[in-house]
Amino acid sequence: MLLLEGLTVAVAGRLVLRDINMEIKPGETHVLFGPNGSGKTTLLGTIMGFPRYKVTAGRILFRGRDITGLPVNERAAMGIGMAFQRPPTLHGVMLEDIVRFASRNRIAPETLAGSLNMNDFLGREVNRGFSGGELKRSELLQLLAQNPELILLDEPESGVDLENIALIGHAINYLLEKEVAPWDSRSLREMRRGRTKSGLIITHSGYILNYVEADVGHVIYEGMLSCSGNPRELFGCIKRIGYGECVRCALQGARGISSNVCRD
Amino acid sequence: MSVEIKREFLREAEPHAYIDDLRLLPAMEKERLLHIGIDVTGKGRAGTFMQLDHSVVHCRSVQEGIEILNIREAVEKYDWICEYTGRLLPLAGARDGRPLTGYFIRVLPGVKARYPVQASLYIAREGLAQEVYNLVLVEEGASVDLITGCATGALVHRGMHAGITEAYVKKGAKLSFTMIHNWGKEVIVRPQSATLVESGGVFLANFVCLSGVKSLKMDPFTRLAGESAVARYNTILIAPPGTTMDTGSRVYLSAPETKAEVIARAITTGGEIISRGHIVGEVPGIRGHLECRGLMLSERGRIYAVPELEALVSKVELSHEAAVGKVAEEEIEYLMARGFDEEEATAAIVRGFLNVRIEGLPAVLQTEIDKAIAASQLGI
Repeated sequence: MLLLEGLTVAVAGRLVLRDINMEIKPGETHVLFGPNGSGKTTLLGTIMGFPRYKVTAGRILFRGRDITGLPVNERAAMGIGMAFQRPPTLHGVMLEDIVRFASRNRIAPETLAGSLNMNDFLGREVNRGFSGGELKRSELLQLLAQNPELILLDEPESGVDLENIALIGHAINYLLEKEVAPWDSRSLREMRRGRTKSGLIITHSGYILNYVEADVGHVIYEGMLSCSGNPRELFGCIKRIGYGECVRCALQGARGISSNVCRD
Repeated sequence: MSVEIKREFLREAEPHAYIDDLRLLPAMEKERLLHIGIDVTGKGRAGTFMQLDHSVVHCRSVQEGIEILNIREAVEKYDWICEYTGRLLPLAGARDGRPLTGYFIRVLPGVKARYPVQASLYIAREGLAQEVYNLVLVEEGASVDLITGCATGALVHRGMHAGITEAYVKKGAKLSFTMIHNWGKEVIVRPQSATLVESGGVFLANFVCLSGVKSLKMDPFTRLAGESAVARYNTILIAPPGTTMDTGSRVYLSAPETKAEVIARAITTGGEIISRGHIVGEVPGIRGHLECRGLMLSERGRIYAVPELEALVSKVELSHEAAVGKVAEEEIEYLMARGFDEEEATAAIVRGFLNVRIEGLPAVLQTEIDKAIAASQLGI
């Protein structure tokens, strides 16, 4: 689904990501760990194609096609969708209009909104005065409408209260074909067999792992992919000893030793 | 009005005959009227007034208690009218002392207009200076929505429009006054208007000008003279290249518990906009807010926002916010990530910018404003 080859990215002339290699196969969900400022959001933004992230080396392949030079909207049209960590406020633009546009009238906005308890927000201006948790739900609602093949989520659980975290979890699982959405006519078995939807999720707290099954975890440290492996093991390791251990991995990586999973 | 400006234009125009059925107007003129909120069928309207050059060609009320007259007739009919004329604005000097034509609209006490009243001031003669005097009286407890559409004819490029409008909103009355302008490229526009609002009265003023007038200058004001009176000004402007618009709205809060809100949205596609707002708090316990947003859609052009707050006593609550800039890159990218192409994203944001949901505005007037925006030459 997604292949990153030697991806090196600069933001405003400063190197932020170095030589990132990653493959997400169809149907897989990956999570991305890393301390603040390590380059997680930059990686998602680069895959989505925002112009402020300059690819200085390497390339991005999506469903076998090199998309490194494609504009954002063409990537969206090909099936990449992203939930923003801090989405902008669009004055005077109604959430319902975006949902309707993104879904191309496949599913009624009310149906999608209902699953995220967002019906009262459809008639409101996009993100205007939304709380942290409401922003996350609004982002997922727009993604449900878009129904992308590759789902990029930037800290979907931050700021979400306990009441709504389960809703967020379900919505992500609908997107990733892990649960059957109420508007989907397929059976769970059919869906799982034919699953192609893939995801890349940034998580800081790791909390979302209690709701969404992930296949592979990665740690980004100072712009480099330092570890990859079982997401729960990785997260356990980070919780115990912090990202300090990743320094070692990063150093090993720099010396040409292949990335490994943190072990006890 | 400077004498020099007046001198450039024709003073006289041939009189036009009364038009009983406005549907008989040429199709392109009807189309133009539609864009300024005037429906020639008169459907869904409580009354219609239309002035062509200096002639009143249509004047009709369909609801009892709503009086619509040529101001000249009203002056002859009511000797008390001099209590109102010229009280808020000086009339001397207009048309060199000759009587002015214009509309007189009066809503009798307690009468609620079921539909909006529409009035059109239309220039059909190339190069004409049209000067009008309008008087609006909304008596105690009455309410009316007034749409005033001012335009030049489809084939008129040059001209001048100078209007003087005085409006009185009596105790507990409500007037929503929506003015939509659509001018030729070489037209000079100098409207003056003033409104007096008594206690508990509500005055909503909406002004929309989305076309390439050569020069528009206006500085309407409202005095909230009675307790708990409210005024709201909404101004929506689009200035293409070659256009200068200088508009300001002033509100004097002269009685306790009065409230004012002045909101402006200005877009330049190459023209110049000076967007003024001025709120004066004269007594304690008043509240006022100014908001001006400007959008530069062109590398040329100019937006100059001048928000002014003035307090004459200490216990007042006055605030303003102003922001001028281009369409935010971040917002365009956000929509592009949802599949909008760059043009669609920009259009959606600009439409959103103009989407001033005007509080208390009847749906029919909002529809007229939306239609005017849709028909504007922005191509969005």
